[in-house]
Amino acid sequence: MDLKDKLVSSFLAFENRVDVDAYAHDVRSEAIKIFEEKGFPSKKEEAWKYTSLNSILKEDYSVFPKQENALEYHEVKKYFIHDIDTYKIIFIDGKYSSHLSQTTHDGIDVCLMSAALSKPKYQLVIENYFNKAAEKDSLSALNTAFSQEGAYIHIPKNKIVEKPIQIIHFSTGNESATMLQPRNLVVVGENSHVQIIERHQSLTDNPVLTNSVTEVFASKRAIVDYYKIQNDKATASLIDNTFIKQKRESLASVHTFSFGGKLTRNNLNFYQEGERIDSTLKGITIIGEKQHVDHNTLVHHIEPNCESHQDYKGIFGDRSTGVFNGKVIVEKEAQKTNAFQANNNILISDKASINTKPQLEIFADDVKCSHGCTIGQLDESAMFYMRSRGIPKKEARALLMFAFSNNVLESVKIPELKQRITKIIANKLGVNIGFDL
Amino acid sequence: MLKINNLHASVEDKTILRGVNLEVKPGEVHAIMGPNGSGKSTLASVIAGREDYEVTEGNIIFEGEDIEELAAEERAHKGVFLSFQYPVEIPGVSVTNFMKTAINESRKARGLEEMPAKDMLKLIREKSEMLEIDRKFLSRSLNEGFSGGEKKRNEIFQMAMLEPKLAILDETDSGLDIDALRIVANGVNKLKSKDNAVVVITHYQRLLDYIVPDYVHVLHNGRIVKSGSKELAHELEAKGYDWIKEEVGA
Repeated sequence: MDLKDKLVSSFLAFENRVDVDAYAHDVRSEAIKIFEEKGFPSKKEEAWKYTSLNSILKEDYSVFPKQENALEYHEVKKYFIHDIDTYKIIFIDGKYSSHLSQTTHDGIDVCLMSAALSKPKYQLVIENYFNKAAEKDSLSALNTAFSQEGAYIHIPKNKIVEKPIQIIHFSTGNESATMLQPRNLVVVGENSHVQIIERHQSLTDNPVLTNSVTEVFASKRAIVDYYKIQNDKATASLIDNTFIKQKRESLASVHTFSFGGKLTRNNLNFYQEGERIDSTLKGITIIGEKQHVDHNTLVHHIEPNCESHQDYKGIFGDRSTGVFNGKVIVEKEAQKTNAFQANNNILISDKASINTKPQLEIFADDVKCSHGCTIGQLDESAMFYMRSRGIPKKEARALLMFAFSNNVLESVKIPELKQRITKIIANKLGVNIGFDL
Repeated sequence: MLKINNLHASVEDKTILRGVNLEVKPGEVHAIMGPNGSGKSTLASVIAGREDYEVTEGNIIFEGEDIEELAAEERAHKGVFLSFQYPVEIPGVSVTNFMKTAINESRKARGLEEMPAKDMLKLIREKSEMLEIDRKFLSRSLNEGFSGGEKKRNEIFQMAMLEPKLAILDETDSGLDIDALRIVANGVNKLKSKDNAVVVITHYQRLLDYIVPDYVHVLHNGRIVKSGSKELAHELEAKGYDWIKEEVGA
């Protein structure tokens, strides 16, 4: 039985097992129909032209991990940003770990999707927001059908959440292959501010496939900063579907740091539903071996006087492959839009490749939209210059790569996180030098 | 200190150096002059270890060791320094951080600990004052948006920081106004000692009024065709290079 059939046929059993309200039940039942009809995307679809899921779909995934596994903090401490105080919502093989988590209901809700989907006190929020931003594409629908666990974050208006929130999904791989479908919902009230750090981390060499959906709602003048650390094992693949709806004068940013994993697909979608909205999408991708990272972005400018800033840097070594597909739609009403998009890439191996494609659909006439893609090699004369000063080849290369991606790193607002990412990059490049550029 | 024997070098199968012989002893200043295209910059790059130049014959002995097989950074660690004719712009890397990395990598290669931050700052302050470099300048991206003069001054600042045994100054005077030229030359003179040596590559005699050479060599068509004292530079300034070409061509 292939994975699609396996998922579809296990839906009923899943529905019977979990306890949800009627609204969620209806949403799920509709979603499984969409998935059943569409199936997994293939390379025939324009949006999947350069990314094939075939190699990861052939595994015999356990779709509902049976065993509950425990982890001790010291075993996984290194995956946390542990030098600052944070809220933590931690999952092990899709199950909530109260032991590793630190949630709250003190004026804000930083807790669990499973609770929100089943308890009456959350019903109104669920009915207003759950599955209201996600598209009806097959992978999001698949996640919706099986949505059960994940982070539920609800910040009422006028709250500055002082501590960042970490969401970490660990997989232990006690099953031979595991499929996870976390579902996160983030609702941020007027004038409120929240910072979220998300990570998926496999602790095994067994295959793991994560198909994640995150919906974010930023109300009037809210500020949401979302950071995604993708530094997983070479046997773990991730399809991240993130949908962000913004109301007027809100600021939302997503930074995606992709260094690990086998196949990573980021479907990142912003919808601007008000005036003077600012959306930021930035990313650094540094991969090698046979890794594949695909950034598929959409910014939908619907109302006037809004901005969007996209800046993605990619460095590709060995036989790795990258994709950037950045779509910007500017509706007729969205006059005075300022949409900026840049995608710069360096290929450090003859066998690495990148496919980059900006897609601008502009229906308004008074807008500023710019886009630029570059693909190059490391500057040889810069290499010689640095080496002639005594900086060895590997370090010189690393320094150039840091410099290349520095403006994305610079915009990370949590210093400890910035430091951590710098360290991950240095590790990835096999160097040990202080890059306080 | 440096001994170059019958050096032939080519780039992309084009032969540029055709048998250069040169000996530089500690404490000496040598000037290498010559018309455009004579191979001056190639010679500098080959000594510093640029990979796209291929040595096809002869050798380069530095402090008794054949350095041909050494990478550029290894030559730097041994004390070779090249002041670039066209310093490369490196956006995103500040002058200070670049120097810190360069110094600490050199120290690492020599088996020394990293330089303590306090000493590093002191050294940077000292050397930047010597070359009259504004502090603000040091936090800017390396060479990015620098004027021609700023770039050259920055090269000599790096030389001052690294204290090489052998400094090769490739057209350091080009792009400098007279004040900057004086500052740069002053810096080089202050760094000079009986233990180190300087090779000045220049098209014009102007810089040699400030950095006075012990020997002047004329490079033409990939060979040193004439050597002499500093008076040779004056003669070249007055008469140009054509008489040399004729002399050699004959």
